[in-house]
Amino acid sequence: MIVEILRHKKNEDKSYVQKFEYQYDDEKQTVATMLNNLNLIDDLKDIDGNPADKIAFKQSCLQKKCGACAMLINGKPGLACARRLADYGDHIRLEPLKKFPLVEDLIVDRGIMSENLKMMEVYLKGEALVNEKRNELSYEASRCLQCGCCLEVCPNYMANNGFTGMAGAMPLSRIINELNKSDLKEVSKTYNRYVYEGCGKSLACVDICPAGIKIEDLLVNSNAIAIWKRYIKD
Amino acid sequence: MINIVGSGLAGLSAAINLAYRNISCNLISVQESNRAQSVMAEGGINAALNTMGEDDDISLHFEDTLKGGAYLGEESAIRGLTENAVDIVYWLKSLGVPFESKDGKIVLRNFGGQKKKRTAYVKSSTGKMLMNALIDEARKYEVKGLIRRFDHHEVYDLLIGNSSCRGLKMRDLYTDKAYELYGPVVLCTGGLTGMFPGLTTGSRDNSGLLLSKLFLRGLELANLEMIQYHPTTINISGKRLLVSEAARGEGGRFLTYRNGEPYYFMEDLYPELKNLVTRDVASRTIYKIMNDDSCKGIYLDMTGIDKSAWTGRLSDMREELLDYIKVDIAEKPFAIEPGIHYFMGGIRVDNDHRTNIDNLYAAGECACKYHGANRLGGNSLLGAIYGGKVIGSRLVQDDNNELKETDNDYQKLNDSYSEKIRDILLSGLGIVRNKDGISDAIEKINQLLMENLKEVQFAKTVLAKAMLVSALDRKESRGAHYREDYPETDESFRKTAVASYDGDIRIEYVDLDGGKAR
Repeated sequence: MIVEILRHKKNEDKSYVQKFEYQYDDEKQTVATMLNNLNLIDDLKDIDGNPADKIAFKQSCLQKKCGACAMLINGKPGLACARRLADYGDHIRLEPLKKFPLVEDLIVDRGIMSENLKMMEVYLKGEALVNEKRNELSYEASRCLQCGCCLEVCPNYMANNGFTGMAGAMPLSRIINELNKSDLKEVSKTYNRYVYEGCGKSLACVDICPAGIKIEDLLVNSNAIAIWKRYIKD
Repeated sequence: MINIVGSGLAGLSAAINLAYRNISCNLISVQESNRAQSVMAEGGINAALNTMGEDDDISLHFEDTLKGGAYLGEESAIRGLTENAVDIVYWLKSLGVPFESKDGKIVLRNFGGQKKKRTAYVKSSTGKMLMNALIDEARKYEVKGLIRRFDHHEVYDLLIGNSSCRGLKMRDLYTDKAYELYGPVVLCTGGLTGMFPGLTTGSRDNSGLLLSKLFLRGLELANLEMIQYHPTTINISGKRLLVSEAARGEGGRFLTYRNGEPYYFMEDLYPELKNLVTRDVASRTIYKIMNDDSCKGIYLDMTGIDKSAWTGRLSDMREELLDYIKVDIAEKPFAIEPGIHYFMGGIRVDNDHRTNIDNLYAAGECACKYHGANRLGGNSLLGAIYGGKVIGSRLVQDDNNELKETDNDYQKLNDSYSEKIRDILLSGLGIVRNKDGISDAIEKINQLLMENLKEVQFAKTVLAKAMLVSALDRKESRGAHYREDYPETDESFRKTAVASYDGDIRIEYVDLDGGKAR
């Protein structure tokens, strides 16, 4: 197949497209494995036979649990470890996510997500309220990978416009689900300011989330507690 | 400042416990905590909570850990681990970990090598849930300025002189600028996964380079031959996928077809613990069955387990396997095989998690402390958190918070060279080992060492050799280390194999507990 990659050297301004010819046998082979295989070649060459640098990308778990390898695959954000080459025919195009500052090749700086969580003070101030009834929602919220795919497709999210997107809302929704009543007022304000006001309910995030988090369930719960003040202690 | 390298479970635990004492730290990691290998841990965390009416007790957790580790773990350390386990699990609950609970009590599941239900869990996503809670807890102290994070920074060397560590060198992976930080260093860098790229259940973002370099600089390592092959893994694209021990804790059974007939071999061979034998025993048994001509295939059969597990306790596992291997495990047995999962060996530390180098500490999988010759499932998350806690409750404030730019002298290692080392290691360090296999591998390593190697290549090659020599020198079978030429356990080898380097690799056997204190 032809692999087309939008590349960018570190600390330089210009991006460029580079194509590679790539063959594989295993129908289960993923985009991430393909990138690792290309990088194994000591004298990697592009489709025209020109020497090519190793392809920079982030990875860790390779099983959809860490969110490291998020990128645009044929224009759509997803995890490189979860997408199979066989689903893309004889041509695939890889690009870095667009809503984050570009670092190198397929690597972007997603630090804004943790900065936002710090700004929103997403942590429990007191002891968590956990019980059987709340557990399922806490579990669901805690699954967020912080991969950034939801922000990429969100029509309302732009860096620094106040709205932190679902990458902010999911961790916050765990806190809302477990907080003590004395902390409700402050956290409600945070939720209203950084999530509720900015979300246009396009729900593009629901379809794109690689972890398949039940985002709507969490928003409903957070709205009930933080906006409609239906706080139930147990 | 205190410098913690690695922001997985052990690193976070150390940082948070320091912050509880108002002590500040730098928390440095190549990627943010969400990407750490700890998020992949599945089955649970052990503690004798005794919530299941089975008369469990801390002393039983202690005994199972010691026995599961084939008596190579140190009693004093394991006592500390198991005595603190209960508090640790309730602490995690107070941080909001949604442990499976019933009537207000934490529910425990069965796990390998333990006769009591002792493993607290959240479905089979326990590592991710623990990490999420600790990431949020750490954030509280980031906001207060007590934890200063350096994500996307790789520590590639330490400042060591006169057998004392005074800081580290790191490079910003985004800008290629390099910096020095000063103060004590705590290594929480994960296991030796980086020696086996693509062939373990662990993270791909582990190169093993820092440890290789530190070994050359005099850091002592221990029990490097002790590599855990997890009995139930599946080869997927680019890695081995773990099927959690929870599968068997909830009733999954090992299956083969002997002369065409279904044969639940583990139940036949080990009538007491059946499918929940320890991982070393399970993997070795599978190895034998795989080499038995009358048996065909190794499967895990979960078709008979309590249906309620599929909507709750194991729903995530079912979904994951449906996705990766296209099998509904509730309906059909599926093929599994043993794969490299965990490294019991690593940096030698004392009970305070000090290494042999002053001001240098280690915790989590990179350290060798609690698991002896074989780790029990559910004890890794515990060991990581406890190790971080020990460090976090011992170290004192260091006020030097200077960040000094320095020359970037990082040396890259080609992936192809890492794979070459990997293949040699694999040929000598399988589930079943013998002198010839290990010696052949050492011979190949020696040939590489005669080539004109770059410094990083040399370091990684020497570490690989130390692993092989450790396996060659231990002329007995114990836990994960099985020598078919020495199939018996030999009491005279019930010692820690300490590897050091002074131009040559040295393996010294040191008495447990009574060994020279550091």
